[in-house]
Amino acid sequence: MQLKKLFIINFLKYNMYIRATGNISAQKTFGHPPFLTEPVAYPGNRLACIEPDYKEFIDVKQIRRMSRIIRMGVAAAMECLQEGGVKTPGAIVTGTAYGCLEDTGVFLTKMVEFNEELLTPTAFIQSTHNTIGAQIGLMLQCNNYNNAFVHRGFSFESALLDGMMLLKENEVSNVLVGAIDEITNTSHAILSRMGLYKQESSSSLDIFRSGTKGTVAGEGATFFLLANEPSATDYAKLDGLKTFYKPEGIKEIQGHILFFLDKHSLSLNDIDLVITGRNGNAGSDKIFNELEKNIFKDKKTVNYKNLSGEYPTATAFALWLAANIARSGKVPPVLEYAGQKETAVKKILIYNHYQHIHHSLLLVSAC
Amino acid sequence: MNQPVFVAGTGIISAIGKNVAECLDALENSRAGMAHMHWFDSIHRDRLPVAEVKIGNDELAALTGLPGTKSRTALLSMVAAKEALADAGIENLQSLRTGFISANSVGGMDKTERFFTEFFRDNTKGRLRDVVNHECGSVSELVADKLGIKDYITTISTACSSSANSIFFGARLIKNNILDVVVAGGTDSLTKFTLNGFNTLMILDEQSCQPFDENRRGLNLGEGAGYIVLVSEKVAASLKKKPTVTLSGYCNANDAYHQTASSPDGTGSFLAMSGALKKSGLEPGDIDYINLHGTGTQNNDIAEGTAIKRLFDPHYPKMSSTKTFTGHTLGASGGIEAVFSVLSLQHGIIYPNLRLKTPMKDLPFTVETEFKNNIEVKHVLSNSFGFGGNCSSLVFSKLMSG
Repeated sequence: MQLKKLFIINFLKYNMYIRATGNISAQKTFGHPPFLTEPVAYPGNRLACIEPDYKEFIDVKQIRRMSRIIRMGVAAAMECLQEGGVKTPGAIVTGTAYGCLEDTGVFLTKMVEFNEELLTPTAFIQSTHNTIGAQIGLMLQCNNYNNAFVHRGFSFESALLDGMMLLKENEVSNVLVGAIDEITNTSHAILSRMGLYKQESSSSLDIFRSGTKGTVAGEGATFFLLANEPSATDYAKLDGLKTFYKPEGIKEIQGHILFFLDKHSLSLNDIDLVITGRNGNAGSDKIFNELEKNIFKDKKTVNYKNLSGEYPTATAFALWLAANIARSGKVPPVLEYAGQKETAVKKILIYNHYQHIHHSLLLVSAC
Repeated sequence: MNQPVFVAGTGIISAIGKNVAECLDALENSRAGMAHMHWFDSIHRDRLPVAEVKIGNDELAALTGLPGTKSRTALLSMVAAKEALADAGIENLQSLRTGFISANSVGGMDKTERFFTEFFRDNTKGRLRDVVNHECGSVSELVADKLGIKDYITTISTACSSSANSIFFGARLIKNNILDVVVAGGTDSLTKFTLNGFNTLMILDEQSCQPFDENRRGLNLGEGAGYIVLVSEKVAASLKKKPTVTLSGYCNANDAYHQTASSPDGTGSFLAMSGALKKSGLEPGDIDYINLHGTGTQNNDIAEGTAIKRLFDPHYPKMSSTKTFTGHTLGASGGIEAVFSVLSLQHGIIYPNLRLKTPMKDLPFTVETEFKNNIEVKHVLSNSFGFGGNCSSLVFSKLMSG
């Protein structure tokens, strides 16, 4: 193992500003309500998004044609752009692990059921992984850069890296970056058979205390408007991003974290809050337990997947959370943060892993 | 940020050959890959020709070392990526920051379809191992793991422009000093899902396709994979076989017109081509050859042709659609055609646009109909346009000696 090489890879350091957000999640996040003051608990193992009234954001005729994930993605993107006061973003970059599952399932089921006959094109057309980014571009009449990343637990991080590079390359002054993933009855049935989810869960808010196998399913549509110049209304600064794939053990993980901070001329002492990707699955949460015994020993850590559920692009929810915490300086009570309430939270480290394959680090700071 | 990115290796598998040498031979001898379905099965087998890779999954498995039970999309990807890496001949790969940036349109759909035949009746049925690699990214990981690449892995899916985007994303990772070496391109195998999807859109040709012909009827679906190995200037200088081709320009633009149709004036295509030229610092007159997107559909060819007219008139470069050989390989097409573009520069060759009978009446130019060699090719433009208005163009350039 050439650790030295591993630690310098895929590391991007560049100051950019989170100017606006739009978030449809299992919590009350859309329309910028008070920040997680009324947490929603779910029985069972499926946390579905709270969907808004789309009419405000999308033409009624178009809403009818769009599947649920497209509606959610487009509405979250539109809300984000409205908040940022931007009509035409310099680029639109999306990340989705599963893509438009509902449309894929509809076309696939009919195709199998009717033995390749009696098919209509609508579901097929809308099943492509770039549909949401394309629909946003179409609605905005935006001819700019448009890309879609589809790499499992790295989908959002890849989209974010693309957006960050575009800003750094000075190609554009702002980019719209988002993550979209949906749970469908089909995907829930299949992923349940693969053993991803808890058999019993009385309240999603309590998953970290369960000590049992599996997590709870989540979904979300979360968009960010990133800019390379500050404005008076920014949420936070996004200072850096790093991903690593299939690390060999806790030592390598710790090495990546410390190296990442070091490259930003920071140590863990400078971090006010760590947001971790704990998902209530006793097996995969072991990594976080280990870190909390070691490098995160004296760190305040909070978790978020009891709010969002687990899904491959859940880091987008964590970034939304960090941006809001950085802006307000306060951690909402639902996160059970026991820190000194007088000190504002200024520097936040997000560490997520998806199924111990896709690991990512994001650094967010108050403006 | 402006340092050049070099093409150190190429790898390909398509209906016209399992490697670069076989594909070149077929191109030179006008051997197209369309035929009746043989390995792939569909109720449309007697009506729709396809451009299949002419070996089964077991043979692909033997070529790759991957299990033959895995998605054909991964098996094809592995063949081409492996060839590209071997061609690059980078001896100290393990000490370099290496990435695998792949692309595909429907991941492991060929296996998911099998799973669904039982699952749709009873959701407790169907073998999970058939659906475990459904995700696009999962197909890439099977290949990256086998190649031993783990520093950076990602997958792009923007329909038919997917692998043009993966190639230029890879180049930008090198320019931003995030990676030293990137294996970039894409893969797709024939699936019932896509064949039936395109069939409902009524854009499949029941004969061999005739791109840029007045009487074109649609496209033929194909399968395959194409990858190039991109390296930084520093890595290029260290190689025994010195790279002679750079990726000099690229651009991604959106047509913002319709989910599946191109705008009549080819706005997205024009923006992608002109943006790529601008990035490369070249004028339209510098381009010697355009590897067209050229699917053979009414809509694509007139939109692409109109955009070319707007940008190049009155001095047109040589042009052809190599989809007349390989069929439209969707998420792989940008990768396959990038390989053809690089080979055009390396060997000084231009490929024919097969089966052209009547040039399009509304266009003032026509495409090449003969294989040509001993041509001085300095700059090649490669077009890839897809559903969702995604338009991407790449410019490859030959290094001038001295």
